[in-house]
Amino acid sequence: MKISEQWLREWVSPALSTEELAHQITMAGLEVDAIDPVAPAFSGVVVAEILSVEPHPDADKLRVCAVSTGQETVQIVCGAPNVRVGLKAPLARVGAELPGDFTIKPARLRGMESMGMLCAEQELGLSAASAGLMELSADAPVGTDLRKYLCLDDNVIDISITPNRADCLGISGIAREVGLLNNLPVKAPDFPRIVESTAQAFAIDVNASEACPRYVGRIIKGIDISRPSPLWLQEKLRRCGIRTIDAVVDVTNYVLLELGQPMHAFDLDKLQGGIVVRMAEQGESMELLDGQTQALRSDTLLIADHKGPLAMAGIMGGRQSAVSAQTVDLFLESAFFAPHLLAGKARSYGLHTESSHRFERGVDFQLQIAAMERATQLLLEIVGGAAGPLQEVVSQADLPVRPDVMLRAARIEKVLGFDLPAGSVERILRGLGLGVTATADGWQCAVPSWRFDISIEVDLLEELARVYGYNNLPVKQIRADLQMRPQPETALSIRHLRRHLGARGYREAITYSFVDPELQQLFDPELAPVALKNPISAEMAVMRTSLLPGLVSAVLHNVNRQQPRVRLFESGLRFIPGDAALRQVPTLAMVCTGQRFSESWSTPAAQLDYFDLKGDLESLLALTRVPAAYGFEAASHPALHPGQTARITRKGQDVGLLGALHPSVGARLGLSAPLFVCEIDLDAVLEAAQTKFSELSKFPEIRRDLAVVVDKSVTARHLMEQVRSVAGTYLTDLTLFDVYTGKGIDPKRKSLALGLTFRDQSRTLADEVVNLAMGQVIDLLEKNYNAELRS
Amino acid sequence: MESQAPPLRVICPGRVYRCDSDLTHSPMFHQVEGLLIDEHSSFADLKGLIEDFLRVFFERELAVRFRPSYFPFTEPSAEVDIQCVNCGGSGCRVCSQTGWIEVMGCGMVHPRVFEFSGIDTEKYSGFAFGMGVERLAMLRYGVNDLRLFFDNDLRFLEQF
Repeated sequence: MKISEQWLREWVSPALSTEELAHQITMAGLEVDAIDPVAPAFSGVVVAEILSVEPHPDADKLRVCAVSTGQETVQIVCGAPNVRVGLKAPLARVGAELPGDFTIKPARLRGMESMGMLCAEQELGLSAASAGLMELSADAPVGTDLRKYLCLDDNVIDISITPNRADCLGISGIAREVGLLNNLPVKAPDFPRIVESTAQAFAIDVNASEACPRYVGRIIKGIDISRPSPLWLQEKLRRCGIRTIDAVVDVTNYVLLELGQPMHAFDLDKLQGGIVVRMAEQGESMELLDGQTQALRSDTLLIADHKGPLAMAGIMGGRQSAVSAQTVDLFLESAFFAPHLLAGKARSYGLHTESSHRFERGVDFQLQIAAMERATQLLLEIVGGAAGPLQEVVSQADLPVRPDVMLRAARIEKVLGFDLPAGSVERILRGLGLGVTATADGWQCAVPSWRFDISIEVDLLEELARVYGYNNLPVKQIRADLQMRPQPETALSIRHLRRHLGARGYREAITYSFVDPELQQLFDPELAPVALKNPISAEMAVMRTSLLPGLVSAVLHNVNRQQPRVRLFESGLRFIPGDAALRQVPTLAMVCTGQRFSESWSTPAAQLDYFDLKGDLESLLALTRVPAAYGFEAASHPALHPGQTARITRKGQDVGLLGALHPSVGARLGLSAPLFVCEIDLDAVLEAAQTKFSELSKFPEIRRDLAVVVDKSVTARHLMEQVRSVAGTYLTDLTLFDVYTGKGIDPKRKSLALGLTFRDQSRTLADEVVNLAMGQVIDLLEKNYNAELRS
Repeated sequence: MESQAPPLRVICPGRVYRCDSDLTHSPMFHQVEGLLIDEHSSFADLKGLIEDFLRVFFERELAVRFRPSYFPFTEPSAEVDIQCVNCGGSGCRVCSQTGWIEVMGCGMVHPRVFEFSGIDTEKYSGFAFGMGVERLAMLRYGVNDLRLFFDNDLRFLEQF
């Protein structure tokens, strides 16, 4: 909410600078977003009157004017279209400093002397554009400094009011806070009770008293709507961000800003029979002030007459019954609408108004009559007319109830952490307008009608803390019992994996949980992903069922920025739709592409391959200390290369996928180099084994190497498993140290070279024992794999 | 809170989403929320914890202030501002010339929340806080565009 500092200071004016005042109310919970001067700095500008206007002898568009400054008459050459005899306008005198570092000097315009400049609003920095001279009111005192006359030494303070503090959506509420914070009395403007000068009243029927517990109305007859609002009123509205319309609308807006009571004025001549406050009927519609026609729902409170809807109560008035330039008689409305019944209604129609903003949060339900009197007083002063009787329809039973709230002194210590002296407690609560009665263990507090946010004890504690100042409250360190938590060695942490991958040159990526449906389809064509109801863009429209689409996009981002080598990993949730419920599966994914090593004199350039990623993954699996629990089985996947795709298993269960991106998919995405990807359930990598010590043998080992030629279809992994099963208990290590295809080998076959290491715990192994084991291995290979031994 | 009896101390990082995207808003970001409930936990403890955390996180003595605010689930509620880490409080573009930067929200757990969880408000009190991970990282490292956190550009990732 924007307020004029000067307006606030009319109510209460602490000896603080603007900045100090802003800081003070910010720290009380009314956050100041901005402080803007009402006008930029300028000087030497006075109210002047144009006494005569003559054509310029040498220029069609210029006029030569005699202008009174109050003390003297000066000659001014002016080109503004609205320059005319009798007009009062700002005059920048010789020596005046205008915004933009502009000093007024005596000038000759086409030969005629000009001793200053008549100004438009734009030239004074008061508006962004203007069509002619700024027109001042006819009663503006000639010779007065313009800044003084227009009270331009003022600031607009923009305060963001939290939704619980509707009581501060008016100058009066903010003044109450400022008064309390500075221990100063608050001066509300005086306005007398209006004595009616016509007996004419207008029937008011409230058929929805729950939604409208109080309705106050009044007729004002015979106004002169051609009379504009006085400058001071227009200026106050402008500074609070509200445009001048006509005196009637201006006055209702003024009361809204001053007291926080939204009001509405109807053209009495357009009303039929009387006011009826009721819920809308299905099928009704009305044209609003903004020109839109709204079809009304039956949950909407209306102000109607005997013929039909006049206004959406507390939201916006209707066009047909609005005040216009022809209006002579008014019907004024000042009502209280129940916040809980108005909440969300404006929004449901796509509307939000100053009025709905206040009613939804809560308007002081005792304010309606005072607001009506204030508005009537201002209207009679400005547009004249005869006021009718004040009419009130109230349903006491439907007005909000404000039960007393008990505050126990002990709770101040418990919740805020310190003792606030009783005197301070009472001063603060009374300053907020609460009725305070001391009790045995604290206070009984009566809550004023403007506070919709005080109903329980903690609401009062908040008020105490806020006014006392959060930063004046003590600071303590938390205390807690120290209890040792288990740190199981068998549970690896994600932090562990992150460090490991980081050390292997992988960077951690964070990609969006929602991905492009097309990319998603490419990687997981069989799953229908969860679609977002309100996606921010078409490329982020579905929840990922795999981390790979996001990571592949991240690779593309980097490849397109000339990165020769990209290795990324990510851990996060996949969102798998299921029959019963959505499964959110913690997952780890890795991708790599480009060069195997950074460019260096010591290593030849080479593209990395499938086995690089497999090796990186295996090194990660080794952290669990049970690498043998994991297996890789040839598999197929629509987005992956048919010959280079494996399912990752753990204890026989599928836990992930490893492979090379299918070249056609790579080409479609714009990737030229091969890309390798893997994805594994995080839980499958985090469960480690606890080490159980094995004796170290004191005896030497014996190593035997063996090279066999087998069909290409035989996997080394499978073959090695078989070798391990027949090689006997002394085998301690088995490695594949060479794979060869090419010259000297049948093109359908490959050579595998195995290294077998044997050792016993209790003796040096004899050759015969090892030979026996090797014999069993060779038998098996010849029989099961049709292997030829290479010499 | 519903399944365990106090005292409770919870710290909970996670991804959060919104339909918004510009220099300082991304459709996804990370929040860390914390909750402490005990027999003697007051606003003073909350202040102590948050001030300590911010000084440890930024590894410097910096002014911290608590400003009254409103959240439906805490009361009293506060926004926490730190002295601008860019200009040291003299006013700059980062802090919109105010010298202060808002870094988190916090407050004492609202009695209604305790009620729903069946915790005796006479015996226990507690506080909660929440902060944006990327926002704090931006301030810590001087990152000027939130979206960089999700581009996964190696030139960015390699800086950390």
